[in-house]
Amino acid sequence: MECQECHQRTATVHLTQVVNGKKTEIHVCDQCAKEKGYMNYGEENFTLNDLLSGLFHSESPSPLGGQTAHSYKRKETLKCPNCGLTYDEFAHIGKFGCAECYNTFDERLNPILRRVHSGNTLHDGKIPKREGGNLHLKKEIEQYKTNLRQLIEQEEFEEAAKVRDRVRSLESKLHQGEGGEE
Amino acid sequence: MSLQQFMNEAISPWMKQEGPDSDIVMSSRIRLARNFSQYPFPIIASEETLEKVLEFFKDGFKETSFRDYKNFELIQMKDLQPVEKRVLVEKHLISPHLAEKSEKSATLISQNEQVSIMINEEDHVRIQLYFPGFQLDQALEQATQLDDWLEEKIDYAFDEKRGYLTACPTNVGTGMRASVMMHLPALSMTQQINRMTPAINQLGLVVRGIYGEGSEAVGNIFQISNQITLGKSEEDIVEDLHSVVKQLIDQERRARAALMNRSSLQLEDRIFRSYGVLTNSRIIESKEAAKCLSDLRLGIDLGLIDDIPRTILNELMVLTQPGFLQQYAKDTLSPEERDVRRASLIRERLQLENEE
Repeated sequence: MECQECHQRTATVHLTQVVNGKKTEIHVCDQCAKEKGYMNYGEENFTLNDLLSGLFHSESPSPLGGQTAHSYKRKETLKCPNCGLTYDEFAHIGKFGCAECYNTFDERLNPILRRVHSGNTLHDGKIPKREGGNLHLKKEIEQYKTNLRQLIEQEEFEEAAKVRDRVRSLESKLHQGEGGEE
Repeated sequence: MSLQQFMNEAISPWMKQEGPDSDIVMSSRIRLARNFSQYPFPIIASEETLEKVLEFFKDGFKETSFRDYKNFELIQMKDLQPVEKRVLVEKHLISPHLAEKSEKSATLISQNEQVSIMINEEDHVRIQLYFPGFQLDQALEQATQLDDWLEEKIDYAFDEKRGYLTACPTNVGTGMRASVMMHLPALSMTQQINRMTPAINQLGLVVRGIYGEGSEAVGNIFQISNQITLGKSEEDIVEDLHSVVKQLIDQERRARAALMNRSSLQLEDRIFRSYGVLTNSRIIESKEAAKCLSDLRLGIDLGLIDDIPRTILNELMVLTQPGFLQQYAKDTLSPEERDVRRASLIRERLQLENEE
């Protein structure tokens, strides 16, 4: 939709004004909204961080909820032992302080991550080589298992049997590896 | 310095090459965000910690080479003048954020300027790799190799559950942002891009205009990138982006053909008027310049103008930005002075073509 003031930019601000019971709709772009005073100047610097910290805050338990006192107290004291960042500070700046923060705030992270990453909370990508072979093995086994389920659904049993054997051999390798570490 | 010389130094070597589908895709980029496991993230780290990270790169990677990426030069932000930093930002070699936090931040840039490894940005390490044209797979493959190369020496912050740990929760997981810069004049002229954006957003991808404020795309140049970094593998993210970009390329080609069919005279008129403005104006604002350059480039792509190389849009979009104009002028310029300089630089550049 075109801005009704400058007729150039796309209208991004949509307002409904009611004056003396008469309703008018206004569609203008950011710039014209500012110039015409439809928007306060303070509102323009709404950054991704503001948006994020909004998400984090709304995750805090409702003050009317059952566990109010308990939850509230826990929120106050949740603090990363490694870098000293508190959950409140994290929620305010929208950034973690160090790797350990992810563990410290772990139980509060899922809802946040789900919103930011379209429902995802678990990593499914590259693994550093340093993490050792196990993680790679586990991932490989997962992939074969998915493949196996597909094959069974498609009733390709011969192929499925091969994949099953592959999974077994990888699993025994994994157990050996884990046994060796202990 | 002559304009020819200045340009040779100003334009990154990789930008002078033409990649696949480069009539529409200007460049492909992969960025990986990484952190050292043992140090707090830059946002709260002490000066000493940041110094340690910086020293690590000075000792381990300064003047090293990796495959095609030779002689990494370590550039510390504190050693640069504001205009020099601005030029690096305009070349997309560093982020505005890195330029701002000057004291302990730096970048390692390969000789061909395809790779820039930002140090002490929002995360300790941000690996960034460009390819000309539409080459996302190659970019991912190379970025992964670079990442492995750094990983030999760095103990990355990584968690089995959450993946690569980053300062901002929007980057956690793969830490990867894949993006493609596209010139979409026909889709913007016909307003189709606005209709396509919501559908693209639903796939976890973002479309935004670059070189412009807010949603406005100056010069019809758009960046398409992934929003989601968690729960999908790097390959899947790149594949999704790849297929959307592929469709946008097809749609843009179709829209161009339709425009040529339905209103070729109007289109020709628009293109040659813009050409006229670029070759004759004495004062030109960046917005107008971008619009005219986009038209000129479209004219070249459609075969209406054949004596100017295609790379002119990429080149002049970079060179006519405030930092470059001031570097070329070797002086601080007011916006009005810049508009005059911009007009003369564009005229001079187009003149060069006629001489050859």
